Amino acid sequence: MTELSKTGAAVSEPAATEKDSKAFLDVRDLKVHFPTDDGVVKSVDGLSFKLEKGKTLSVVGESGSGKSVTSLAVMGLHRLGARGKNVRMSGEIWLDGKELVSAGPDEVRKLRGREMAMIFQDPLSAMHPYYTVGNQIVEAYRTHHQVSRKAARARAIEMLDRVGIPEPAKRADSYPHEFSGGMRQRAMIAMALVNNPELLIADEPTTALDVTVQAQILDLIRDLQKEFGSAVILITHDLGVVAEIADDVLVMYGGRCVERGPVEEIFERPQHPYTWGLLGSMPRIDRETSERLIPVKGQPPSLINVPSGCAFHPRCPYADLPKGNVTRTVRPELQQVDGGHWSACHLSPEDRTRIWTEEIAPKL
Amino acid sequence: MISYILRRTFAAVILLLVVSAVTFAIFFLLPRLAGQTADQLATQYLGKSPSKADILAVKHNLGLDQPLYVQYWHFIKGIVAGATYDLGPTTVHCNAPCFGYSFKTHQAVWPELTSRIPITGSLAAGAAVLWLLSGVAVGVVSALKPRSFFDRAFMGVALAGVSLPMFFTGQLAILLFRVQWPIFGRDYVPFTENPSQWANTLFPAWCSLALLYSAIYARLTRSGMLETMNEDFIRTARAKGLRERKVVVRHGLRAALTPIITVFGMDLGLLLGGAVITEYVFSLHGVGEYAVQGITDNDLPKILGVTLLAAFFVVIANLLVDLLYAAADPRVRLS
Repeated sequence: MTELSKTGAAVSEPAATEKDSKAFLDVRDLKVHFPTDDGVVKSVDGLSFKLEKGKTLSVVGESGSGKSVTSLAVMGLHRLGARGKNVRMSGEIWLDGKELVSAGPDEVRKLRGREMAMIFQDPLSAMHPYYTVGNQIVEAYRTHHQVSRKAARARAIEMLDRVGIPEPAKRADSYPHEFSGGMRQRAMIAMALVNNPELLIADEPTTALDVTVQAQILDLIRDLQKEFGSAVILITHDLGVVAEIADDVLVMYGGRCVERGPVEEIFERPQHPYTWGLLGSMPRIDRETSERLIPVKGQPPSLINVPSGCAFHPRCPYADLPKGNVTRTVRPELQQVDGGHWSACHLSPEDRTRIWTEEIAPKL
Repeated sequence: MISYILRRTFAAVILLLVVSAVTFAIFFLLPRLAGQTADQLATQYLGKSPSKADILAVKHNLGLDQPLYVQYWHFIKGIVAGATYDLGPTTVHCNAPCFGYSFKTHQAVWPELTSRIPITGSLAAGAAVLWLLSGVAVGVVSALKPRSFFDRAFMGVALAGVSLPMFFTGQLAILLFRVQWPIFGRDYVPFTENPSQWANTLFPAWCSLALLYSAIYARLTRSGMLETMNEDFIRTARAKGLRERKVVVRHGLRAALTPIITVFGMDLGLLLGGAVITEYVFSLHGVGEYAVQGITDNDLPKILGVTLLAAFFVVIANLLVDLLYAAADPRVRLS
């Protein structure tokens, strides 16, 4: 029924056509600013990206580059609580045809947990210490489904079983602190997926976990994504994880996107010096141990006084290459490299290709 | 859980014994350290200008010439089996549990205490309900809108509440509730006789006592809520799509209340040992008033009795707080 009316509308109305052309998740020129006593913190400053169902987008970048702020903005979590009034948000976030930045708080609340769900970094602090794991999942389910406590509990146990927790009926009555780290993250995933959300945001889901468990959790997220067909945003600074599971990559620096594209492109033909830096600082098993990692020199930029021109220029080894003073005066816009591959850099495409193939790639 | 309760109860009994020994030692050593002889102590139990023989008899019969530990043993024995005081011309029997006998007012301490505990208890319980409800409510609302007009106004009132002494707020309450609007009764009526009259008379006292405490609780709740509402699990609760009211009450307040339980238990335990000033201001014949009598009359058995009672309430409150805490915070049970 909805399918029919959607298609019908698409044919008759041009406006609707534009709406339907939107991706499942379509973020346009998103800005999230926090006014403070020291100045306005521009955590996210003009970010756009698209994500289709069944696809995984990896958002990478240093701490403070705006990755988590972006995900919390999509979830509408910035505007809640005592600090909610201090947030300035603009731009558009379209989720399945609904715009979230201008939507009322209760409208967004009803989507939260049902259409979009989130997995957090540290499952121990992210779960309430006083309620059993089962009860917390039941609560997530009953918030969006009017079912009996018993039915919700059955659903919670089913989900715990689905994420690979042994003896789920028994473990549902355990408290978070009685779980191991990996089990807790599984439970967290069960809680996020209990309402079959179409968008799953995972904010560094493996950072707090034991290395041996990380792969299991990633596999689990990938399997569940296949099963539920949801769109996944994976926030991480672990490029190994990205290579493993992402379809597309979005590289953030200083609250903006500096490069985005399909995962193979980003790994094989990266077009931004910051991306090169990230790749250079990734430890690899197939590399000689005598070779040193190449860190990105310098400090992450201040989000209150973002460097003029290209925000990366103070740390960029190639900042003096483009003619004139453009890197220090003009902010580079995203330019299409080819296909879905975009990069914001003043270096000419020829220079970039040359530096990548001759200087960077051989050292990796 | 049961072994935890047993362990804690056992520890509480030991603690009470230690407290009683220390209290006993203090009260029976102090006069001697101040230079009073056993003869002088014995004189206190007799009328004016007693004879030398009487003093000796009393000293011997009351065991004042015996070492401290023997006297302590007699005291403990009295609690379990009762005691008989032989004062030469008269003998006084004090039924078990005998917590001492006041020779100044010629009354055993225990019956006097038991008749006063309900009064102090009524005062403390009523005030506790008021201050807990109002303090927590104000604290939560203030924490949700920090630095708002409401927050500043209530925290200002709270500061005044903490700073104003009871003999001021108490008099003010009497002026308001008994003189301006004389709808509140004057004389204490036991709850069992007439509950509405009971509440009616105690209400002014409850209000002034609650003002003092609710101010503290409002500040405590406010800071606790400010902290919990920044916790990761609050973000998770919101991410689930819960209504903000549920996030605040079920997730925020639930976590912020746990430390408040601790303070609440201790405050209540302390109050049950006598709310001295409040009882005086409102002419309530409670435990606190009894303690003051004992101190002004230099009547050691009374002071000892009240001190032990207060210690008992504090220890029991402590035990209950720990048990409640274990029930409230599942992480405690492990230890």
